[in-house]
Amino acid sequence: MFGLNKKDAGLLIVVAILALAAPFILNPFPEGSAMAQFNAGYPDLMQRLVIFGIFAIGFNILFGLTGYLSFGHAAFLGVGSYAAIWMMKLLTMNVIPAIVVSIIIAGLFSLLVGFISLRRSGIYFSILTLAFAQMSYALAYSVLTPITGGETGLQPKYTDPRVLDKALEAGQQPRANLFGLEMNQGFQLEMGNWVFTFNAGYYIAAVVMLVAFYLSIRIFRSPFGMMLRAVKSNQQRMNYTGLNSKPYTLAAFVISGMYAGLAGGLLVAMDTQVGAERMFWTASGEVVLMTILGGAGTLIGPVLGAGFIKYMENIVSKINKSVLEQWFAFMPDGIEDVLVAIIYPFVGKGWHLTLGLLFMLVVIFLPGGLVEGGQRIGKMFRRRDANANSIEADAAEQRKPAAE
Amino acid sequence: MAILEVKNVGKRFGGLQALGDVNLNVAENSCHAIIGPNGAGKSTLLNCLVGKLIPDTGSVMFDGHSVLGRKPYEINQMGISRVFQTPEIFGDLTVMENMLIPCFAKRDGAFRMHAIESIKHETDIIGKAEGMLEEMKLIEKRHMTASSMSRGDKRRLEIAMCLAQEPRLLLLDEPTAGMARADTNNTIDLLKQIKEERDITIAIIEHDMHVVFSLADRITVLAQGTPLVEDTPDKIKGHPKVREAYLGETQDAA
Amino acid sequence: MDAILLQILNGMDKGSAYALIALGLTLIFGTLGVVNFAHGALFLIGAFCAVTFSKILSLSHVVIDESQKDFLGNPLKVEVPYIYDMFGQATGDVIIDWAVPLSLLFTVPVMIAIGFAMERGLIKHFYKRPHADQILVTFGLAIVLAEIVKYFYGANPIPTPAPSAFAGSFDFGAMLGFDPNTIIYPYWRLVYFAFAAVIIGGVFAFLQFTTFGMVVRAGMADRETVGLLGINIDKRFTIMFGIAAAVAGVAGAMYAPINSPNYNMGMDFLVLSFVVVVVGGMGSLPGAVLAGFLLGILESFASMSVVLETLPGINQIIIYLVAIIILLTRPRGLMGRKGVMED
Repeated sequence: MFGLNKKDAGLLIVVAILALAAPFILNPFPEGSAMAQFNAGYPDLMQRLVIFGIFAIGFNILFGLTGYLSFGHAAFLGVGSYAAIWMMKLLTMNVIPAIVVSIIIAGLFSLLVGFISLRRSGIYFSILTLAFAQMSYALAYSVLTPITGGETGLQPKYTDPRVLDKALEAGQQPRANLFGLEMNQGFQLEMGNWVFTFNAGYYIAAVVMLVAFYLSIRIFRSPFGMMLRAVKSNQQRMNYTGLNSKPYTLAAFVISGMYAGLAGGLLVAMDTQVGAERMFWTASGEVVLMTILGGAGTLIGPVLGAGFIKYMENIVSKINKSVLEQWFAFMPDGIEDVLVAIIYPFVGKGWHLTLGLLFMLVVIFLPGGLVEGGQRIGKMFRRRDANANSIEADAAEQRKPAAE
Repeated sequence: MAILEVKNVGKRFGGLQALGDVNLNVAENSCHAIIGPNGAGKSTLLNCLVGKLIPDTGSVMFDGHSVLGRKPYEINQMGISRVFQTPEIFGDLTVMENMLIPCFAKRDGAFRMHAIESIKHETDIIGKAEGMLEEMKLIEKRHMTASSMSRGDKRRLEIAMCLAQEPRLLLLDEPTAGMARADTNNTIDLLKQIKEERDITIAIIEHDMHVVFSLADRITVLAQGTPLVEDTPDKIKGHPKVREAYLGETQDAA
Repeated sequence: MDAILLQILNGMDKGSAYALIALGLTLIFGTLGVVNFAHGALFLIGAFCAVTFSKILSLSHVVIDESQKDFLGNPLKVEVPYIYDMFGQATGDVIIDWAVPLSLLFTVPVMIAIGFAMERGLIKHFYKRPHADQILVTFGLAIVLAEIVKYFYGANPIPTPAPSAFAGSFDFGAMLGFDPNTIIYPYWRLVYFAFAAVIIGGVFAFLQFTTFGMVVRAGMADRETVGLLGINIDKRFTIMFGIAAAVAGVAGAMYAPINSPNYNMGMDFLVLSFVVVVVGGMGSLPGAVLAGFLLGILESFASMSVVLETLPGINQIIIYLVAIIILLTRPRGLMGRKGVMED
């Protein structure tokens, strides 16, 4: 299917089903129940899940394949966002030009940054990308205020020229749309006590994510993708095999920059505003966390990592003291207090503490991320199966060489 | 007809004159060995040929074109492949992928943005790579991760990768260093076979006299950065200057 | 002239902090070969050691003071710091006033303990892992440490004053014959600069003149060979990590009066200090110190209004700009050695 082998096509289909059915899957708790606050099936969060998925998929093409650890990718996301918002201010509130231009501008910017940064490797490369991103952030905050809106950021206003759209009346809020379909349109489906929200913006973002994911599978399976892994594995051999590693890494850098730009453009399409903090280095760190947590160098890892972090961020940061007390109410008072006291620092505002610990644990024990964890668990079960059928397995093993 | 002409090449590292005034002609389709004691400048010379180092003086011509100032990958694309002392392969990739990469490099040049095509559809390249693995008796290991193979297999894979590029000149840097006798003999046989079956020139740097005398058509003895003698193996064996400067040491080393 | 002098002075204290953090980073990188992204967090913990210490000193209990009455004639309840009970009121006040410098007595052992725990508990297991893994795990640790600080002290900066003896400013201008009040400089910043100079000098002297330092320097040059000599280099490296942590910690503690500590300061300083290390040359101690002061001073020059008029915003980016230029023209930094971190 689509030029993919069975396994990859299966993966794509699973991701597609998960993405399209997300409004159901993320809303497992009936409305009004105590657990309803942990439902994640509302548009704003679902949009973020898939958009940061795109960001991480792109980052993985650079870091996962070539091993070049960029600490400045948020800059491309930010530049993409600014480009998109300017398209909305000047041209039209239709999201297509905004997204296309955000990809192009982020691509050009990453070409410039990559061309310079890739003259060094290892930690020097990381520092160079970090330096570029911090410079972009600082400039966006200060000197470039006419373009970026400085501290207040940018939003489309009814006074903007918007040459392709009809003029808006005073005070009317411009809304992002796709040929008239507004991003915040949608409908709610009530089934018994459950309420599911279907949102146009989310589905547009999800489809874009699926296309982005599909392209990344193609890149992984292409000769180009193999060359990128060769860069990570042994640059010396690569040079002595007549291959110029520079354009390969630069191409990977620009592709990942364009993915970041796409994510930035989509963020603006869904929520028409942008501020410089989007480019701060913690945002760059976040995409690194997502990719590593999910599993760098794997296809599905970054999507899982982005989904996991954004979902947990939302869920865990909502747990407060009274929720904890409610959970442990069935226990004797003393134990309840102790448990609440132990868990409380890790939830609510302490979400970043949990995230940091989780990230450390993954790097220490599971360098391959959640994907490796899944594989290990899978292997454990398979080994059990293999033990159960050990006689047959042994026999098969013995037949093998003869057959070949 | 010389395929590789080295003229008056000199290289200095700070106060150390690593190469004095090296002149060397490697005849097409021959096997030329360069021997010499440790520190004689063999590796420096080799690095000057492949673009890792740029000599201070002199010229290096390959097939009538200068290689000086070109990057390693450009020189490789001219038709010079190099085998390293410790096998340099793509350790994280499978054996088959290791084999595919030089095949792509041969067909597509130093860079090509084939990012959407699937490797699966490159049947010509896959066929060529499999043929090469077959020839090197590595075909059964094609799904293995390259770094998990034995040293002898890694060496064979590296040679196979170089040959897949169909080079005119194959440079070998102590290909049997650190190998057991049996592996060394296998490597000698492999190189002999390559020499007989292919249209290829081989230049080899080697410490092991057994390897040198089994393979070489001509031998250059390098000592203290300058060529001492250049002759056929038979004449080198009996040459008094060589015995004095070099063979005494190798007997110890062996 | 006076303006230039003022900027050099202004850059000194920030430069001192950069230099101290960069020194520790380089020590750890040079000896252990580990890229420690949690080093800024050690600076942060140091600063909060000062905060904690001054809080401990002001711990009070309530007594009923018979000599003071409220308007109803009842005896007044007053809070009396425990420290008064121990040393009397006069001495107690002095001790509370001098909380920041005194906190070093508390900071140093705490930081050494944290350094040991970090090296033995975590870093040790990452010697053989790729640099990217080291960066990632210490990055995670930095987040955790900052969040722990945030949990206990909240997100707002906590003002931590210097001793009142240093509260004023020193008029350099008057001393050097310029107009008075053109070059004034807070005393505490002078103290900080002097303190940094002493610490830096101490570390260099320690490495230069003690047997321990000699072994560590040898280990920095060639770890394996020193290990082969039968010297237990690992133990010394653990101690070195403790020292680097202590240097970062005291740098942070003394910086508390200059910049009220908040939980984010570790990361802010780390990013800049890393740039400093790279500019100075990975693995070069003099390079780290030189680059620290150089960039601190450059940053302060870039904030001059004359400069900002011609190059708006330059103060925000000067350090990064210099880093990019240096890395592209001198790949090994100002004083870097060949072969360090080049793959």
